[in-house]
Amino acid sequence: MKYAFKLFINGESVASQKAVTNLRKIVRKNLSVGYDIQVVDVIKEPALAAEAGIIATPTVIKKVPPPERKVIGDLSDKEKVLLGLGLKVSKNAADNFEEKETLDE
Amino acid sequence: MNNGGQLIAPEKIPTGIEGFEAITRGGLPEGRTSMVVGTSGSGKTIFGAEFLYRGIHQFDRPGIFITFEERPTDIIRNVQKIGWDFQDLVAKEKLKFIDASPEPVPAEETGAYDLSGLLSQIEYARNSIGAKLLVMDSIGALFYQFQNAGIIRREIFRITDALKAMGLTAVITAERLHEYGVISRHGIEEFVSDNVIILRNVLQHEKCRRTVQVLKIRGDDHYQGEFPFTISKTGMSILPLSTVQLKQSSSKERISFGNAKLDEMTDGGLFRDSIILVSGPTGSGKTLMCTTFTAEACRKGERVMMLAYEESREQLLRNAQGWGMDFQKWEDAGLLKIHCQYPESKGPEDHLLMIKREIEAFKPRRLIMDSISAMERVVPFRNFREFVIALTSYVKQESICSLFTSTTPRLSGGDSVTEAHISTITDAIVLLRYVEISGVLRRGIAVIKMRGSQHDKQVREFTINYEGLHLGEPFKNIQNIILGVPTATGPSESEQLGDMFE
Repeated sequence: MKYAFKLFINGESVASQKAVTNLRKIVRKNLSVGYDIQVVDVIKEPALAAEAGIIATPTVIKKVPPPERKVIGDLSDKEKVLLGLGLKVSKNAADNFEEKETLDE
Repeated sequence: MNNGGQLIAPEKIPTGIEGFEAITRGGLPEGRTSMVVGTSGSGKTIFGAEFLYRGIHQFDRPGIFITFEERPTDIIRNVQKIGWDFQDLVAKEKLKFIDASPEPVPAEETGAYDLSGLLSQIEYARNSIGAKLLVMDSIGALFYQFQNAGIIRREIFRITDALKAMGLTAVITAERLHEYGVISRHGIEEFVSDNVIILRNVLQHEKCRRTVQVLKIRGDDHYQGEFPFTISKTGMSILPLSTVQLKQSSSKERISFGNAKLDEMTDGGLFRDSIILVSGPTGSGKTLMCTTFTAEACRKGERVMMLAYEESREQLLRNAQGWGMDFQKWEDAGLLKIHCQYPESKGPEDHLLMIKREIEAFKPRRLIMDSISAMERVVPFRNFREFVIALTSYVKQESICSLFTSTTPRLSGGDSVTEAHISTITDAIVLLRYVEISGVLRRGIAVIKMRGSQHDKQVREFTINYEGLHLGEPFKNIQNIILGVPTATGPSESEQLGDMFE
């Protein structure tokens, strides 16, 4: 199964740059299957932002597999990102073998 | 630049909302953001929707509608009831919705973010339809959709700044919890806007009373205080009450009362744009006065509208018939329109709106309200005064010669609240009084005011028979007729009786 993400960013902002780095890091380390990340700059491509109804940036949307899930922010909290995108079901299960890693904060 | 020591305020653009230009002296500041705050159900969304609808329809200014609470489809459906086809406006690229309503599954938040997505959507919408107007309804919902209030505050500020740079005339609505007190729930208005409008919906005397107040419009004057408004089939209608400038009677044209003697007493008849108050106790002949006035209009081919609050249509027709006047015929001919209603049927604002709508549709030259004191019974003191002022200024503006009757509480006459409120506004006052002379009740009539003209200052006797109204000679040797208790003067009773009529 392949995952597809759309990450909407505001090209210039620090939070957006962090989000790109953090998302890549999180999926690389936590997904065993293939994935695809499409980064959209809302400033350059407002039509795509309008189409997706993006209010906050950065916003990442998991498009595939359904259902769509969204997480907002610079994605600095790995647990929240995994849960929010539905990549992990139970938090308690994950807590048992938590691997500490440094994320770009 | 200097304008008499004041900073030049931005130009205002009309909203098209009925009465709003009057209370703001021109509308909302162009290219600026105005906050419209109110409790839930106070009419904020309607205000926003009408601002866009009128702006697009009447002034050809395309607009953007950002919804933070409801889905655009809900808004479209709701305004459809008022007859505004938003779907059509969207299809014609005059209106663009941005759906920022909460999602069924709230998004997780982690770390910093901003609202650049919304901002880029606004810019995109503006460029694609050439928008001039924008509405955000209601901004407070952002604080529920997003958890970081600090970020939201900062971003609202950034967005309003950007709106200004884009030259959009914007309305941002915000929720408040109480009708009086803190202006908006999140205190955003202080830094968001120089222009704040408050909508209220207060329960008063068992009736809902909606009001609008212009709290501030930067660098400009506007009318203070709360103005009542209604939301009806045609949208919002603000009743600008006291803002209407009191124009002195400008018409020199005289029209007949319908009775030669009465015209004589008023030095040649009534002025075309005047307001006449006929005051008297019950049974003193007020309705006959109205009938006479109506008949005169119809005979001259002038349209006349009659608002009857005390008698039914059948009663009115029968009374007129008794005096040889065929109201039915005139109604069929389109000269007369009789509206019979209980004053209790609706609030004063709705009555006023109904009267305005009827006048707009029927375009009468004369208006009769029998009686205005019936309204006084059912509305609170202050609202009654507002009603009277609004009504009189409206009919004056339309140059409709209007006759209002007022029923005095006591048989002998005396003041009523109605008179206290209305007497300064009216151009002519006719008093009808009972006069008891030697155990017999007679009727007296006096013109106590006739603006811009001389008038007969005597109290005359008048009689009513099957032909209608007859004015007689002045009472002599009787004083205090007007004040209530007539007393005989003069040396002897026999002389008095002999001289009573010249």
